[in-house]
Parts: sequence; C-alpha cells; structure tokens
Amino acid sequence: MTYRVSIFIELQEGVLDIQGKAVERSLAGMGHDALRSVKVGKYIQVWVETGSAEDARKEAERMCDDLLVNSVIEQFRIEVEGE
Amino acid sequence: MEYTQAGLRETEYEEIRRVLGREPNECELRIMGVMWSEHCSYKSTKNLLKLFPNNGDRVVLGPGENAGIIDLGDGLGAAFKAESHNHPSAVAPYQGAATGVGGIIRDILALGARPVASMDGLFFGEPSSSRTQSLASGIVHGVGGYGNAVGVPTVGGKTAYDPSYNENPLLNAFCIGLIPLDEIVSSRTARPGQAVVLLGSKTGRDGIAGAAFASVELSEDNKASRPSIQIGDPFGEKLLIEACLEMNEKKLIVSMQDMGAAGIISSSSEVAAKSGVGMILHFDKIPLRAENMEPWEIALSESQERMLLIVDRSYLHEVMEVAEKWELDCAEFGETVEGDEYTILFHGERAASLPATLIGDRCPLIPWPSRRPADLEKKWEFDVDDIPLPEDWNETLLSLLADPSLASKKRIYEQYDSMVQLNTVIGPGHPVSMLRIKGRDSLIAMTLDADPWKCSLDPFRGGAETVARTVRDLAVAGARAAGLTDCLNFPSPEVPEQYWVLEECVKGMAEACGAFDCPVVSGNVSLYNESPDGAILPTPVVGTVGIIPSIDAALSAGTWEEGDVLFLVGPCNPSLAGSRYLLSQGKLAGRPLPFYPEAEKDFVERALKTASAKAAHSGRALSGGGLAAALAKESMESGIGASISLSIPTRKDILLFGEGCARALYAVPMSRVPLFKVLWNGYPCIQLGRVGGERLSVEGAFSLTVSELLSKWRNG
Amino acid sequence: MNTAVIVFPGSNCDQDVMHAVAGSLGTKVRAVWHKETTLPEDTDFVILPGGFSFGDYLRCGAMAARSPIMKAVAEHGRRGGLLLGICNGFQILTESRLLPGALLPNRTLNFVCRPCFLRVESVSTPFSSLFSKGQVVQFPIAHGDGLYTLPEEELKALEDRGGVVFRYSDSDGLTGDDANPNGSANNIAGIVNERGNILGLMPHPERASEALTGGEDGRVFWQSILESFTKGGR
Repeated sequence: MTYRVSIFIELQEGVLDIQGKAVERSLAGMGHDALRSVKVGKYIQVWVETGSAEDARKEAERMCDDLLVNSVIEQFRIEVEGE
Repeated sequence: MEYTQAGLRETEYEEIRRVLGREPNECELRIMGVMWSEHCSYKSTKNLLKLFPNNGDRVVLGPGENAGIIDLGDGLGAAFKAESHNHPSAVAPYQGAATGVGGIIRDILALGARPVASMDGLFFGEPSSSRTQSLASGIVHGVGGYGNAVGVPTVGGKTAYDPSYNENPLLNAFCIGLIPLDEIVSSRTARPGQAVVLLGSKTGRDGIAGAAFASVELSEDNKASRPSIQIGDPFGEKLLIEACLEMNEKKLIVSMQDMGAAGIISSSSEVAAKSGVGMILHFDKIPLRAENMEPWEIALSESQERMLLIVDRSYLHEVMEVAEKWELDCAEFGETVEGDEYTILFHGERAASLPATLIGDRCPLIPWPSRRPADLEKKWEFDVDDIPLPEDWNETLLSLLADPSLASKKRIYEQYDSMVQLNTVIGPGHPVSMLRIKGRDSLIAMTLDADPWKCSLDPFRGGAETVARTVRDLAVAGARAAGLTDCLNFPSPEVPEQYWVLEECVKGMAEACGAFDCPVVSGNVSLYNESPDGAILPTPVVGTVGIIPSIDAALSAGTWEEGDVLFLVGPCNPSLAGSRYLLSQGKLAGRPLPFYPEAEKDFVERALKTASAKAAHSGRALSGGGLAAALAKESMESGIGASISLSIPTRKDILLFGEGCARALYAVPMSRVPLFKVLWNGYPCIQLGRVGGERLSVEGAFSLTVSELLSKWRNG
Repeated sequence: MNTAVIVFPGSNCDQDVMHAVAGSLGTKVRAVWHKETTLPEDTDFVILPGGFSFGDYLRCGAMAARSPIMKAVAEHGRRGGLLLGICNGFQILTESRLLPGALLPNRTLNFVCRPCFLRVESVSTPFSSLFSKGQVVQFPIAHGDGLYTLPEEELKALEDRGGVVFRYSDSDGLTGDDANPNGSANNIAGIVNERGNILGLMPHPERASEALTGGEDGRVFWQSILESFTKGGR
C-alpha cells in the first residue's frame, strides 16, 4: 500500500535559527504583539510503497539518516498516512 | 473564440484570415495573439528601431538575432544583449528577476557563446516606501540567486530610484558571452529533413502568455495573474549551458534557439522563418509537467531552462548522449520540411497549420499617432536665479551623496558573485567594468547607464546623453566603444504624447550612436510600463561594450595618489537641468544641454590617448552629481583628500553640480602634467588643485574629511 | 603532484580552481566527474570546488556528499591524501562528516561576495606552511551559507587542537565581530581535520591567484601545498 509520509525538519535546540529570528523581527515589527517566538524549518513529503505504516515510517527514517536530515544541526519528526 | 480575446486587433485578425484564406482555429488564434503581441512583434517600434545604426567595423551580428556579436580580433567575438523583465518582476519580484537573468543568459548561449558576465539595470520607486523595499529586496535576491548559482558573475549595473517606478519597477538584465567566430550558431541554417529537438526542463503551464502580459499595463486585475510567472531553476540552467556548449564544441547542432517569451512556438517558428523551411511538430512527443495540456498551452508555455535544437539526424544519438550526461530531458519532437508550412500535430490531429513566415514576421505595424506634449516648454522654464546658492555647502554635498540614486550600491552588489570565472579585473562599484580575456592582452570594458530624468525633460537630448555617458565612461577608461545594446522601457505607446517621447528618445540615441560610430547590435523594447498610479519616466537603458587593447592602456577610477594634480576637462558651463542636485531637492526642471557631436568625438579621442599614454593615475567622466560627486567618489575610493580652488566666474553650484557635456576629472602625476596638457590642448582644460591630506576641500564651498564623506555615502 | 578537481552538476568554480592550480604551480590538474567511482590512480591532491552542487537544494553540499565519487574521495582522505574543499566544497566535507560541524546561512541571510582578510592561525598544516603565523592574507569570499557552527565542547576541542587554520579578521589581523562576514563561530574561515590532511575553507584562494584578478596571496597557499607534498611525499 502507498503511504504518504510527512517529514518535519527543524534546527536542533541550541543551533541559531537565523531565518526564524528574521521572521520574528519582521512579524514583531508589524505589530503582532502576541508573538513569542518563530522557528523556520522544512517540510518534505515522500510517498512510499510498503507493507505497513510502521515499515513506511522505518523507510522514511532511513531516508532522513541517508540524506534528508543533517543530524549535526537538525532534528525531525515523521507522520504517516495511508492513501 | 473571438479574436479580441486572443489579444488581436481587427486589422491583425483580417490579415491572418487573408493570408490563410480561412478562419483560424482557436489554437491558431491564441498562437497569433501572443506572437503578434507587442512584446514579440515589435509592431509599435519596428519602424523606430530602423533609425539605429546597426553596422560598424566590428559588428559580426546585428539586431534580429538572439544577441549581437562584435569582433574582438583574432577570431574571437563578444555576444551581448540586454533584456527587460519588468512586468514579471513587479508581480513576483524574486522569480521575475531570476528568470530575467536566466532568459538573457540563454539568449547568449543560443549563439553558442559561453556567458561570461552580467550587468543589471534596476529602477525602483521611493526608497522609503515599504512596497519599494520589498520589491527591491526580492528583485536583488532574484538577480543574485540566479546569477550566483549559474556561475555567471554580475560585474556591474545601474540602480536608480524615482517615484514613477513605485508600482512598476524595472529589471533590465544584460549578459555578455565569448565565442570563437567560426563557432557561432545561427538560426538561419536549418535545412529540410533535420530533427527538431527540445532540450532541458519539462513543459508545464507556467508563464503561458507571459509575452501578452508584458504587452499591457499593470492593473489590479492582472496583479493576481500569478500563472504568468515562471519559476527559475539556475541549477537546470547551469546544466543546460554545459550541455549546449559541449554539443556546439562537438559540432552536433545545426541551429539553436532559446525558449523565452512564447516558448516553443516563438523559437521554432523563428528558426523556420529565418532558415526558409517549414516544420512539422508532434506535440505528443514533448515531455510535459502538467496533465491535460492543450496544444496552444504547450505551444505558448514559458517554462524556463529549455532550448530548441535543430540537429542533423546523424548526430541525434550523440546529442542524446550529451543530454544524458547532464541529466537533461531531451526529446525529438519534429522535423524541418521544404516550404513555409508550420504544422502542429496533436493526438493525431492537425492542431495548427500556419505559414512560418506569418507567425513571427508579418504582423501589421501600428503607426501610433505622435504628438509633442503641450507642457514640454513649461518644464524648460526654469530660471537658475530662482535657485539659491547652498547655505551650507558641506550639508549640501553630504545630502547629495546620501541620495539613494547616487549613494554607494555596495549593499546591493555585494550580494552578487562578481568574480566567478576569474576574469573580473574591475568589478561593480566603478564607472566601467573590465574583464580580461584569458590568454590575451586585451580587455573587454562595459558599462550600463540611463538618465530617465533628462529623457523626460527633453527626450531627444536625454536619449543622446544616455548613449554619450556610456561612451565617455568607456573612453576615459581607455576603451573605444564598439557597440551597444539597449532596453527601451516606456509607458503605453497608445498615448500620442508618450509615443512622441519614445520616438524622440530613439532619435536622440540614434544621433549619438551615429556620431560615435557605436552601432546598436541588439536590444529589446518594453512598453506599457504604467500602473493606475501613472507612467514610468521614459527609461532607455544602454549597455555599451568597448575594447581596451592591453592592460597598459586601461585607466582606472578612484586611484588618486598623493601629489597628483587634478584637472577638469570639458566646458565650465554645464546645466542643472535634470541634475541629481536639483532632483535631490525634489525639482525636475530645465532643458538639458544639447548633444555636440564634434566636441564629443574630440573628447573621446583625447580620452583614449590619455589612457594609452598613461598620462593620468585616475580618470572619471562626469555624470550624475557633476564635478562635486566625481570629486567625492574619487576621493572616497582613493582614501585621500584634495584641495581645490575654482577661479572661474561660473556660479559655483552650476560648476560643481551641473551635468551634461563631455567632461571628465583626471588625477595626473606631476611628471605627466606637461604631456597631459599637450593631449588636451585645444579642449577646455583647467587645473583644479592637488591631491593630498584627509580632507576634500573646495575653496569657497565644502570641506569634509574622507571618512565623513564615506560614512554618508555608504550609510545615508 | 597530480591534482583531481571533482566536478558535480552545479559546480561553478571547477574551471577556476584548475586554472589557478595550473597557473600557480604548473602541475597536472584533471577534472573528475562526480559519477566516477574511482580517482585517477596517481592522484595526490583532491579538490572539491565551489559552486552550487545540485543547486544547493535541500542543504548545501548534501547531495554532492552522497555522489558516487565521494567514497573514493573519503578513502583518499582516510589514507592521509591531501583533500581541500573550497566554499561549497567545505560544505560537502562537513556533509560527508570528513570535517566536523556544519555551515548555516549567513547571519545577514544575504549572499556576500567581496575581498576578505584572513589571519593565518596555524602554519603546521600542508595548506599553510609557507605563511607565517598571524600573517594577514586576502582571499575573496562568495557564499550564502558560510556560518560555521559546532556544539560548544566540540568547538573548544577544535580550537584546542589547533584545527582552525584561517580566521576572518580585519587588515590588522584583529578578529572582532566587525570582521566577521557571516557570523561564523570564532570567526572561523577554514579548519583542518585532526590528521591535518583535509582542509575546509570558505574563502576562495583560487580567486587570489593572479595580480590582475584578485591578488596573489592564493599563490602562496598553492605553493604551500606543493612544497608540503614534495617534502612529505604524501
């Protein structure tokens, strides 16, 4: 079955998120007083053909390790949906 | 479908019917609507453009091709062209600018030339408005984002600000490439029986009818027309460049054409018409990115990073191999045939069948009525006695230097890779950019300029002055102008007064080109640059290219040395009309000085001799901000001051801030003063003072330290 | 000394670096396409050039680091062979874990291209042996993602072992924040691995290898490499 896997990638805590800071400054400058903080990350979708949702997750995790995520600076979480 | 929906005028529709001898079908109507749009057909300006001189000793290829080519000597040519991408940049600044850069690079590539440098002309609205800031930021990022990645250095350009560009910013992209003259790829060499090949990205719905979009005014309605915006992929373009150059080097292609405005239809029909062949195209064979595309959509798609190749069948296999190496899609989708018939087949049906020569060439020209604006003389009424002398000269100079149009553009050009390819001898931030040619002594010099304000006050004189400024800049740097390219950015030609301004600008430019023997070898026209807020200033942008015989004959700017003697060459009665000085006070008034061909030519010859005889350490032709701005820039860049006394009866503000005429500021080492005086004997030449110290002082006017000048010029 | 310059799709300084090495040293330089799986047998020195490999899509250098040729490049480095990554090449080295840390977008979020002063921090590497310690040299920079980052303890370890070879400075060699063009930790512009044979460098020495275009400080850089190679026979 085909699963759609959504991968959310963000910088690890402690790694300076310059884009987040820039967006934060802009939003604050526009008067969004409720704003507390901003993080900018990446959202990647992959479609995989596997036997189970768990296998789809494992396959996606391998993709993250192999290429999609740089574990020196980034962290990720995965959501799996059947199609 | 009504012909008006396709954007055709009645006379145009009738002409199509007459030639076909039948009603065009919908696909044909849509194709003709785009191909006969202003952007593709030049129907409003073709006659005007004939006024430009196109021939010269060095011209190898003139207008009508993808770009012009001038002869650099010893079998090498420089291909160059400038093109506007104004409307797309107004609607989607980053992508509009990026694809503008990508498009002009492919124009150069289409001739088989390796693109070696870019320049850009940017015209933005009021710098303080947030709208301008976001447009400018997007456009600058787009130029850099594309140019940097594709590996073509951005070595110069022009950035100016005026409220008339608030809603309609201008992006003009210039590119120059190098090509051995015996390797030029022509669009006139296709023969019947050859394969028509599409190389590069897949074809999608992006940018459909972008050319038509560029041929109407920007309005609230079409601001939402996001589908017109193409997405640029500089990575894809880089692969395309390498693949095309490899194919050309291996002599695998007969003809090549880039796919810009009106994509497949424009590129293929142009090759067919110019080569005198017909074509049968199988649209089912084109790799598509979107589903259920109609044949007219495929024909008109402006998906980026695609090239059309005409290939002799015996080389098809090798072409495919090169494409595969660079991981590019490559599909044969048609063949050239005898005759003039241009046929599109789709799903087994004849989607369109038109004479190839009709598509690109035979749009009826429009003789727009022309009327001299009634308020022209009124703009000239300006009494210099009404302008008080500055109360605080220091403050006046500092605020002039902080004027965004004159101020340092470092923050912009540092975002561009200006050095990749290792040819940049003089990069951005100088009046003239210089490239070395590896393995040779000679340098290529180039500059891009515009003076919309003088064009709006007196279009003829302004047009001539625009050309003259570039030629003077080059001459002072030691380069004889060999040819130029232009972007004519104007509002709608349908307003008689606006058409008159366009006409006069072209005439003025043509006069100067003729006088300097500097032919126009390529260019483009962008009309309908207006929004509900109004029209842009008439903005002809000129990119001029010259050759410096050797590095020894090059003269730099901003290289004063302690003890140098400063000279002003040129008349002492410039004009404040349309000057940066008056503009910075919010005044656009007066009549700019006329163009004096004899004096200009005299200036050029003397300036060239000054450079080749090494009679000066530094030289700068005067332009925006006049003598004062030139003194300040030379002083700031050299990091040293000067003391100057002006013993001339001319009003000091006119002498210091006036513009126009062939004038230059030179710094001459003491030992070369006699030689310098001989070279300029018979031309107005006055000694201004000496270089030295930390202050730039003009007796009876300003006195400021170099760091005070720098801080204002750089930071506003 | 035979040099191999790896060409990835999107590399755009490959020709420049070949021109500079050949022009400065007169030694043999070859281009090697990323799809090769082996280096030419007699390769002594490998350069990963600048540019936008694979469009810099996903992360700068990420996809290049997984290219077929990179196994051979890593093996060359592991054997102690000289390996240099310039700009995008530096990013490829960190993405390959051949060097520690990562390169993030410049703190201005803008691409920046200009001449830059660097202070030579270590002369005990093959890439810097002909400079003197503390010497200020000028190489241009041209990058959008040059902010070098490393967890604090690792940064300290890198500094302690003298792994920082070049630091952004002003013309007097002062390494204040004003002289930091991208926000790099400790003004770091170039680092070596522990063994000292792999250098990652954000600035472009190939753009400072001729008087006419960018100056000549880069020639000393190339000459250092040749001399160390000749002496050490790496």
